[in-house]
Amino acid sequence: MIRFIVRRLLQLIPTLFGLSLLLFIWLRRLPGGPETAILGERGTPEMRAAIRHNLGLDEPILIQYGRFIRRMIRLDLGTSIATKREVTTEFLQRFPGTVELTVTAMVIAVGIGIPLGYLAARRRGRLLDHLSVGGSLVGICIPVFFLAYILKAIFSENLGWFPSSGRQDPTIGATRITNFFVLDGLMTREWDAAADALWHLVLPGLALASIPLAIIVRITRASVLEVLNEDFVRTAEAKGLTENVVRRRHVLRNAMLPVATSIGLLTGGLLSGAVLTETVFAFSGIGAFLADSISQRDYPVLMGFIMIIAVVYVLVNLIVDLSYSLIDPRVRVR
Amino acid sequence: MRASRPKAAIAAVAAAALAVAGCAESDRGGSGGSSKDTLVFGVAGDPKVLDPSFASDGESLRVARQVFETLVRPEDGGTKVSPGLAESWEPDAAGTTWTFKLRSGVKFHDGTDFNAEAVCVNFNRWYNAKGLMQSPDVTAYWQDVMGGFAANEDDTLPPSLFKSCTATDATTVALAFTRVSSKIPAALMLPSFGIHSPKALQEYDASNVSGSADDIKYPVYAIEHPTGTGPFKFKSWDVPNKTLTLERNEDYWGEKAKLKSLIFKTISDENARKQELRSGGIQGYDLVGPADVEPLKNEGFNVLTRPAFNILYLAINQKGNPKLADLKVRQAIAHAINRQALVDSKLPPGAQVAVNFFPDTVEGWNGDVTKYEYDVDKAKALLAEAGASNLTLRFHYPTEVTRPYMPNPKDLFELLSADLQAAGIKIEAIPLKWSPDFLNATTSGNKHDLHFLGWTGDYGDGYNFIGTFFDRQKDEWGFNNPALFEKFKQADTTPDPAARVALYKELNADIMDFLPGVPISHSPPAIVFGKDVTGVKASPLTDERFSTAEFKS
Repeated sequence: MIRFIVRRLLQLIPTLFGLSLLLFIWLRRLPGGPETAILGERGTPEMRAAIRHNLGLDEPILIQYGRFIRRMIRLDLGTSIATKREVTTEFLQRFPGTVELTVTAMVIAVGIGIPLGYLAARRRGRLLDHLSVGGSLVGICIPVFFLAYILKAIFSENLGWFPSSGRQDPTIGATRITNFFVLDGLMTREWDAAADALWHLVLPGLALASIPLAIIVRITRASVLEVLNEDFVRTAEAKGLTENVVRRRHVLRNAMLPVATSIGLLTGGLLSGAVLTETVFAFSGIGAFLADSISQRDYPVLMGFIMIIAVVYVLVNLIVDLSYSLIDPRVRVR
Repeated sequence: MRASRPKAAIAAVAAAALAVAGCAESDRGGSGGSSKDTLVFGVAGDPKVLDPSFASDGESLRVARQVFETLVRPEDGGTKVSPGLAESWEPDAAGTTWTFKLRSGVKFHDGTDFNAEAVCVNFNRWYNAKGLMQSPDVTAYWQDVMGGFAANEDDTLPPSLFKSCTATDATTVALAFTRVSSKIPAALMLPSFGIHSPKALQEYDASNVSGSADDIKYPVYAIEHPTGTGPFKFKSWDVPNKTLTLERNEDYWGEKAKLKSLIFKTISDENARKQELRSGGIQGYDLVGPADVEPLKNEGFNVLTRPAFNILYLAINQKGNPKLADLKVRQAIAHAINRQALVDSKLPPGAQVAVNFFPDTVEGWNGDVTKYEYDVDKAKALLAEAGASNLTLRFHYPTEVTRPYMPNPKDLFELLSADLQAAGIKIEAIPLKWSPDFLNATTSGNKHDLHFLGWTGDYGDGYNFIGTFFDRQKDEWGFNNPALFEKFKQADTTPDPAARVALYKELNADIMDFLPGVPISHSPPAIVFGKDVTGVKASPLTDERFSTAEFKS
């Protein structure tokens, strides 16, 4: 298993190298540059040229790329053109928000999706099945930002149950350690801060969970249906095992493999930032920051963030692959 | 008995939570403020930097205006130069040395004294900037106003307007300039000229902009320790929570802030800001959408309309199409467009049709200039006279942008282009993304005939508007008018303010005769506060002071 992990991690190197080259060329081919975003309508052509020159953007692209690679080998991702702060710092301040939001959304999606998918399969053709299949279609179709506005209008503006934006009430004055607000609250025993951060996660978490939830319901249902028709389930039932044991040991477990794969992929996707949800809820994560950086042509931020996201994505999928062997002992990673 | 797997997992999680709980110190001092002395204000973007010397974006400057003070500042709710850290000021006979009489008894947030020496430390810090601090994106406003530095490291930088600073005594400081300029003293109101504590500047190595040209790093002062004399002190910048907290300066020399804390919270989406105000999470926000002004007013919120301090204009590039060099064609364009209809239907309440290229809140505005009323027949006749009845013009307009002077460029384009077509001018529409394509295309090269663009003034001097547009040959307009350029030079170097204002009036008349473009409108941007928040006065320069804000009891 260790060899497997090492091999997968080594595979990262050529992947990142290729990705960086493609990304670098693609970004530089976008029309315009950061100088216009910096200067706005105040810029003269001379000022724009001076900034381009200072940033080294007037040099051949290979020389620029060489400089980037030299830095990256030292694990230095450079500084943001807009804020002049280190890209790594910018990332570490925002990524915890994205992780908290992703975990919340996935807990909701898995916590509701798997039982619902399972029950729908068991009660195939009945009302619950129709409701969950129909509901998941709606979940996939409904635009996330629209759902987000609706959730806010109902639960925040009208009922006032949940806060409508941000990650925490700024007047709480919580202590920051890891920038994972819930964790920080627990670590410092600022229980109110932890509870407030959790409270702030509910609405954006629900909005973001809508699509993964729908996908998980459908995959679980299909997978359970397939397993229910397998011979070994019939054998187990014929042996006189209780329904509970058959369900837990045989049906669910065998049905979980495709579900685990999709959970891995969905989690990886969410970790790369949820631009719309973050924007509507003014939630500080990497998604909205990345979107801003594209319009400002903040090349170092774009390169740095996307490279880190790629690593995270690979790691998440590695964990999913490893989890297969837990779910199904017949699968051995080599 | 062996615990089942789920039970073991729950036990493990609980153990981990217990291990984590209390393993770090809380550094929270007291509880958060009650809602009645803390105002949370929604802003559209994070500030970029907290040292205003390096700032040029609105959100950084908004914070700086509460924390720092300048020698002179705009009058409350207006643009006129009025006392700030200096109680009075006067130029010498030549108009190149300005003597400022400073307030006494003012202290910086770190407890040190504000005096003439401190002013000189600040000006010398900017003037003697070296290395990366000379980058155009680091000291943008210094370069905009003063040009260059003591020793320019880049040949393209102009010589510095600033020459020296002399502290005559503790409360008298003399700033010497290399020539007379219309920018002094008005430009010294810019927050970028806020005065910092010399002790803090030194302690936190504030001038140490490090790294390399393509990898600039600000010193820690600019991010964590801004130290001025203003009514609010910097408390914390919580980037992960997109909030910045200021607290009342209890030792402020003037009337102390009514709020105990002031929190700026970034909510980039306009609709989300509105929802948050309604749900009570914030008690005010800026950049109110024009369509929201009336509904919010009706709901009882305090919507303040800033006096308009901007201009939207239709630019005509005389090098783009040779026909545009003919005054008659430009006059025809001016007559062809129905500016009143545009203002009434597409701009926020309170917007006005522009008569000059600057609003009437700026001295030198001239109502007695050539006006071009909406008259399609006259436009057609002028085009025929000029032999340009079959004119086709490339009309650039920006997409994906909202500016205070231009809420919805596409709507404006559609109206203007329909007007021009009604007068017989064929329009080739060229929509471009605002940044960078539109700005690049319209301010350089020769591919543009018509476009619209605008400007929001930095400070209350007319040169900041018309000088920026017309004081030299520019690709945006494509004309060379030496007589006009000469008059601008004369206005810029006239020491007597009254004489300068007279020249601005003449220039406004000259410009409207020459008609390099058509001034369209001035739009008043709005800012909104909660139903129970009072005391803030809207400023045309967006220089709102939160120190006077309070909650009605």
